[in-house]
Amino acid sequence: MIRALALLLLLALPASAEEVVMGLSRDSVAITTDFDGSEVLIFGAVKRQTEILTDPPLQVIVTVSGPVTPVTVWRKERRLGIWVNADAVEIDAAPSFYAVASSAPWDQSISEVEDLRHKVSVERAIRSVGAPMGITDSQSFTDGLIRMRTNDGLFETFYDSVEFREATLFDVAIRMPATIVEGTYTIRVLLTRSGKVLSQHASSIEVRKVGLERWLFNLSRQQPALYGLLSIVIAIAAGWGASAAFRALRSS
Amino acid sequence: MQIYLPIAEVSVNIFLLFGLGGLVGILSGMFGVGGGFLITPFLFFMGIPPAVAVATGSNQIVASSVSGVLAHLKRRTVDLRMGTVLLVGGIIGAALGVWLFNLLKGMGQVDLLVRLCYVVFLGIIGGLMFIESLRALRRSKRGAAPKRKHHVWVHGLPFKMRFRTSGLYISAIPPALVGLSVGVLSAIMGVGGGFIMVPAMIYLLGMPTKVVIGTSLFQIIFVTAFTTMAHAITSQTVDILLALVLLIGGVIGAQIGTALGTKLKAEQLRIALASLVLLVCFKLALDLFLTPADLYELGAGE
Repeated sequence: MIRALALLLLLALPASAEEVVMGLSRDSVAITTDFDGSEVLIFGAVKRQTEILTDPPLQVIVTVSGPVTPVTVWRKERRLGIWVNADAVEIDAAPSFYAVASSAPWDQSISEVEDLRHKVSVERAIRSVGAPMGITDSQSFTDGLIRMRTNDGLFETFYDSVEFREATLFDVAIRMPATIVEGTYTIRVLLTRSGKVLSQHASSIEVRKVGLERWLFNLSRQQPALYGLLSIVIAIAAGWGASAAFRALRSS
Repeated sequence: MQIYLPIAEVSVNIFLLFGLGGLVGILSGMFGVGGGFLITPFLFFMGIPPAVAVATGSNQIVASSVSGVLAHLKRRTVDLRMGTVLLVGGIIGAALGVWLFNLLKGMGQVDLLVRLCYVVFLGIIGGLMFIESLRALRRSKRGAAPKRKHHVWVHGLPFKMRFRTSGLYISAIPPALVGLSVGVLSAIMGVGGGFIMVPAMIYLLGMPTKVVIGTSLFQIIFVTAFTTMAHAITSQTVDILLALVLLIGGVIGAQIGTALGTKLKAEQLRIALASLVLLVCFKLALDLFLTPADLYELGAGE
């Protein structure tokens, strides 16, 4: 009896004894005037006290999520021959950027139930509770949002792209496009075996405008009147300057 | 070379922006239109958020109009008195327009309204101008002197003013009303409104073509400066960096355009502008009637 219990304990132990640790190639992304997207390298290792259990194999999933905000999705309809915005669904929370990478094809990485619980895939990361009266297919609005953000390069999925060596070391590079917004980006690493999440680790990265970008942005928010005047003065000066320059050019 | 725009929050090609500014500047100098009706849709295509495109477009128009009006002032083709009357109406109209724009933005229908406005106004004005210019061209070929239209009702109104540069003695009410309606439209459509004002001045007020362009530019400066201020304060969507790149191209283009404009005949100029207006109208109408590639569209969350 005791021996049977010990055996059970031993079998159960590896599942809880494997832990994931991670690191990032950078802890902030600076948006400068020549910002053209950025790449973040996410790497890490599996910490364990026991033998490596290779069957069923260990898998790694990495997600990067931008700031989460509500979004209104409109659907067009033909009215009197013209396409107009007819129905709208307010999606409660959608990440502005979302990338998922895994070390295996998706169905081998995580089960449907675990995906639902940990909100790993793009579909699960978007929260949409309740559509307004009269809209029965609210899912198609979420699909529309995913399609648009995917086309803009803001939602990305890379199956089988995480480099995972000896079931211990992993790394993946995630590229963020130039259209990303400012904010705190959450990076998660999930360790799974036969679709179940064994361990996870989260970290964050700050995306911030710097220098001129920062200064102009702050001015426009804190001193809008001054900012407006500045833009008009620049415009008038440029217009006058060009006129004067051309006159000088012609007379010489 | 890419440049990151701090308010629009996107990265775009700097030379593409520069070229767009230059092209619109040439049109501005030639026709006295601010070019907003071209710059705003082109900015949409480049992926700049519509709200930013509209607000920044008006800022850029300030620059190209200043550049253009200085050239016209030197040639004495600006009716300052008429411009001031138009301006008073224009500012009131722009304030009304900004208020209306913000009202409709909450209803999610502002995009449709803007497009419909474009199609209707560009269609009517482009069509009228085209027919009128063709007729004038035929007349001038036959050698007959073009006769100026006189509206009887315009002459019956009070508050008559003498506009010496234009050679008119008419009531101040019609120009103020023209200014007002253009002001409303310019705020809603994110344009200077020159493409509406120029024909209105020629066909409604009976002003000579020569002074129309300079006067329209003069009025546009103040109305767009007012709109820029209103957008900067109410919605914070003016992108200085975007405006700067556009206006460097724009002011250079405006000088070239003004020089080109003096070399071309007025009738040819009008036919060219009419064709351009109709072309933009056609493109926008097509978008309204054809099935869009994606039936879904993102709006801002609350």
